[in-house]
Parts: sequence; structure tokens; C-alpha cells
Amino acid sequence: MAIFINKDTKVLVQGITGSTALFHTTQMLEYGTKIVAGVTPGKAGSSVEGVPVFNTVEDAVKETGANVSVIYVPAPFAADAILEAVDAELDMVICITEHIPVIDMVKVKRYMEGKKTRLIGPNCPGVITADECKIGIMPGYIHKKGHVGVVSRSGTLTYEAVHQLSEAGIGQTTAVGIGGDPVNGTNFVDVLKAFEEDPETYGVVMIGEIGGTAEEEAAEFVKNHMTKPVVGFIGGQTAPPGKRMGHAGAIISGGKGTAADKIKALNAAGIEVADTPAVIGETFIKVIKEKGLYEKCKTH
Amino acid sequence: MNIHEYQGKEILRQYGVAVPKGSVAFSPEEAVNAAKELNSEVVVVKAQIHAGGRGKAGGVKIARNLEEVRAYAKELLGKVLVTHQTGPEGKEIKRLYVEQGSDIKKEYYLSLLVDRDTSRVTLMGSEEGGMNIEEVAEETPEKIFTEVIDPVVGLTGFQARRLAFNINIPKHLINKAVKLMLGIYEAFIDKDASIVEINPLAVTGDDEVMALDAKFNFDGNALYRHKDIVELRDFNEEDEKEIAASKYDLSYIALDGNIGCMVNGAGLAMATMDTISYYGGSPANFLDVGGGASAEKVKEAFKIILSDHHVKGIFVNIFGGIMKCDIIAEGVVKAASELGLQVPLVVRLEGTNVERGKEILNESGLNITAASSLADGAEKIVKLVG
Repeated sequence: MAIFINKDTKVLVQGITGSTALFHTTQMLEYGTKIVAGVTPGKAGSSVEGVPVFNTVEDAVKETGANVSVIYVPAPFAADAILEAVDAELDMVICITEHIPVIDMVKVKRYMEGKKTRLIGPNCPGVITADECKIGIMPGYIHKKGHVGVVSRSGTLTYEAVHQLSEAGIGQTTAVGIGGDPVNGTNFVDVLKAFEEDPETYGVVMIGEIGGTAEEEAAEFVKNHMTKPVVGFIGGQTAPPGKRMGHAGAIISGGKGTAADKIKALNAAGIEVADTPAVIGETFIKVIKEKGLYEKCKTH
Repeated sequence: MNIHEYQGKEILRQYGVAVPKGSVAFSPEEAVNAAKELNSEVVVVKAQIHAGGRGKAGGVKIARNLEEVRAYAKELLGKVLVTHQTGPEGKEIKRLYVEQGSDIKKEYYLSLLVDRDTSRVTLMGSEEGGMNIEEVAEETPEKIFTEVIDPVVGLTGFQARRLAFNINIPKHLINKAVKLMLGIYEAFIDKDASIVEINPLAVTGDDEVMALDAKFNFDGNALYRHKDIVELRDFNEEDEKEIAASKYDLSYIALDGNIGCMVNGAGLAMATMDTISYYGGSPANFLDVGGGASAEKVKEAFKIILSDHHVKGIFVNIFGGIMKCDIIAEGVVKAASELGLQVPLVVRLEGTNVERGKEILNESGLNITAASSLADGAEKIVKLVG
């Protein structure tokens, strides 16, 4: 089962002829991901690693039945690439590209209202369902198939958490990097909800960081709607308060957004928070042992 | 990216927003000439630094004649101004803004920013303008009014009007306030700002609605399409190491400790700092080399870390995804040998092409301590630095 993607997911790579995309397309194919099409305007008729290239997402979907797209196009064109994928009614679009202007994302989010497509990212490592489908830039070998869901705002910190779980013999269902940009698609609550509904997922690791209130909202959701254990970590506990100008940011956040506030909110929702990023795996194992889920989660 | 008040006001002027007349001055002489041209009974001499709280800290002076202008300009230029937003080290005043004095009847607060909760640009206003707006927001949040803006239609007339009424702008000046808000919104969108703050917005004795201050912060990701804004950057306001880092597209923030950090990904970089602190060490910097680093970029990152003389050891923590470990390893070796590294170096590599990366480090013959995990690396560097 897992969430969002599986072995039947048909993937389309937007910007497939760029150097980053080429590298990761090869890596994804090696992992076993079903990449059925690529899109680079003007390159229709060519192919990359045996994957046919199309001029538009619409053409690619019509010809290949792709249902999920991954975007590697450069930041100035990435928002447009998301719009194109949404217009083509894909189930999901995963935007890896970082440095997209925030106003572009404000417009993208508005355009997506009422549309069927789910956006993951931007500025994220992607989504991986272990041993089935890897979409993004994460190193595949650290992921082991199992029963723990991972969701994170930070790319490399997701790898850190997954690596610790795998080393400890705890496999994962799906790992989702939602990205750290101020305006993004899928949020913690969306992913937690999917993990709660997934019968194969027995517990969740959630990795947040300072800024915004996404973790506080997630804590609220866990308290009211989740039956599965959730273990958290908040990055930036020792980060000094940024130099800033003016007050608008502080006023709108209403004093929320510090690591201490977030940890407090998570604890209040019954979520155990790892003291350091080095003990995320350990903390999770401690919690599932207490809940009697360790044997069920131990996969290797 | 931040700009100075006078630069912000120049942008607002272009969008039809009422601001007092004024000009920038780099010397007392220029300040006096600027004041002469204003031909105004009262002139305000304002320190131009990239931080708020200037008024409270004594960086804004009211002059009643040219001699006072000269005296205040002399006093302020070269002075280090410490406000609650500069940090204890303060900022040296190198520019002044000499502005026509305004007959202020009442001060208001107005700002625009991208709100991450709604994913929309949001207009905020309050009738409690002036110096203590954060206290107002905390103690009397009902006095802060917001309008969430739909990007399809932009800030609408009715929203601006509603906000103007809510913050009790005098009835006969509502239209002027609306025009000002629409102008600020247009500037915000056109220039890809992430925050514009007008504090205070003033209603004057001669029935004007004016922006008496202007703080602009721009979205760094959008600067590629705003050459005019990039030209406004004032390097004097930034840390030298941070300037060098930005040239190579590295995200660097100087801190007070002695352990230099080089990490990929902002989240892992913060987590690495957290772990170093947990083991009793103190990070000298935040440095995210980003996703697409080359060996050259890694070398530059090393140079920047080493240019901080407090650094007594370096911890490289890389979990490669988009970033390949072999490229990092090549950069580390190149940097360590070319720069003649004198301080202990701990490297932890994991992820894409990790085996090749480790080989490169081993074959280099350099004195590099390998770490098997984040915790192991943090513990080792803290011990080595002592």
C-alpha cells in the first residue's frame, strides 16, 4: 500500500534533458521507478535513457498515461512547469527545483485551488516508497521496505532520519519531503492523514524546523485524529534569532515559530521529540517499544 | 535583500505613494546642501542603516536650521548605532537621509508580506503606529487588521477601503489612504518584495496620507529579474564573509563559536549546529553548500570558513542526494591541500556516491578524521577542538 506512489506509478520527468535531471533519471530508473516519459520543449522525438521525450506535458500524458510528474527545470521556469502539470490533470506533481520566487508560488497555489493535482514541494527531495518507486533526488540505498512513514521539511535531514531507522532494522513505507519553502504544496497534516489511513504504516517520524506554524498545526492534527505513534524532531534549536528589519514577520507569526514553541506544541499533543538529530531513530524505537509495536516494525 | 529607507521611498514615489521630499547625504556638507534645497522650516536627519529601532536609539534628529543640520550630520556620520535589531555590535552610520519635516497629526502602521499560513500576500494595518507595534500586536491583537489578497485580482479597492476604515483614517482622507495602499501593493508585486513596512504611516496637518518610513525586503530568489533592485545593495551593511558566500551561491551566516561547519541542506546544517552544541561545542557558522556544488564551490566555502580567525576546527557533514559525495571529497581535498589546512578536520560522508567519496579522502594522504555518523562527527570535532 504505502502512500502517494507505488510500483504502478507512471512517472514523467519535466526538464529531462538538463544535467541534474539526466543524472537523477538514471538513478530513478536503476531503482526501478517506472519512468514513462520526459518533457523538454523542442526536444520531442528524442529519447533519454530509452525514455521518450515530448514537447508538452499534455502530449506526454496522452501518449504514455503518465500520472505523476517530477520537475527539475530551473527556478525561473519551474512555476510554469507546475502549472502545466496541473493543467494536464496529473494526480501528483513533485517539484524538486529550489529558489522559485515566492510570488510565483503564491500564484501557483491560487491556480491549483479546486484542481485535482497534489503538489509536493517545491525545494524538496521528493517521495520514495521503499523498493517500489523513487521520485526525486534522495539516495535510494538508505531506504528499506517496512512500516514507518517519514515526513520532513528538510531534505538532507530526511535522509539522516531514514538512515538511522534502516540501520536499526526499522524499514519504511513512504518517505515524503514536503520542502522548506514558505509557500509550498502538501503540508504535514496532508501527509499525516495519508499515513493514518494507510494500513501498512504503523508509526510516523515527523521532522520540522523553525519558522512558520506548520508543526503546530500538525501537532493539533495528531492530538485529535491520529491513533498511530508519531515521533518528532525540530531543527534549529540552537539557531540564533535572525537579523531582521521591521516587525511584520513577528506580528503575523504571533510569537510562534521558535523551536521551543514547536517542541512544546508537539509534546502537548503526546508526540515525543528527539533531543538531537542523532537520536531520531533511537527515540522512535523507544516509543514503539512502549506501544508494543517494535516487533511489528522490525523488518531486518 | 534589504535596502535603505531613502531607496525604498524612491521606489514608493515611482508608484504614486506620497512621501516627504528628501535626499541622501554622505557628508555634513551634502546634508546641509540637501536641507537648503528642501527649503523647509523643520528638517529631519535620519541615519540610514539596515535595521529598525533607529528612532529609539537616537538615529533620527529634528533640525530647525542649517547649523543644526550640520551638527547632527557630524554627530551621526561614523557613529555606531545600536538598536534592538542590529545586535550588540551595532552598525556604523555611513549615509544620512535629509528629509522635509512633516506636521504629524496621527501615526499608523501598515505592512505587506507573504503569509506562509495562507500562501497569500497579506496587508496589515493598525491605528497604533509608531515605535511599539510588536507590543500592540501581542497585547491588543484586535487592533491589528489584515486583508488577505487574491493574486488573481490583486489588492482590491474595497479591501483597502475596509482596512482604512478599520484603522480609523479620517473619513475625508480615506481615498488618499486607498491610493497609497494600492500603490504600495503594486510596488510590492512588481519588485518581488517579501516585506514592505510603513511605520509610521502618517496623516498630516495639511491633509496628506504619507509614508514617513519605508522598509523593503526583497525575495532573493527573484533578484535575477530585478537588475534595478540588485544595484541598490549596500555591501557596507553586510558581513564580508556573507558577501563572499553569496558570490558563490553559498548560504552562510556568521556565528560566535569556534567550530566551522560545512553542510548540505539548511535543515541538516541547523541540525548539525544543534548536535555540536549538544556535545558542548559551539558552531562558528551556518553554511549550506546547497544542492549543486562543484569542487570549486566547496573550496570557496572552505576559504570563507577559514577566514574567520575564531575557527579552531572544521566539521564537514554531507548527506548526498542531489549533491554527490565524490564531488564534495574532491573539493575538500583540493581546499585542504591548497589552503594548507592547520586546524583539525572531521568529515562525515553519506549518500550518493559515498564509496567513491571515501576513497578520494583516504587516497589524499591528508590528516582527515573520518566520522561514521552525525553524532560521531560532532563528538569528534568537539574533542579535537578541546
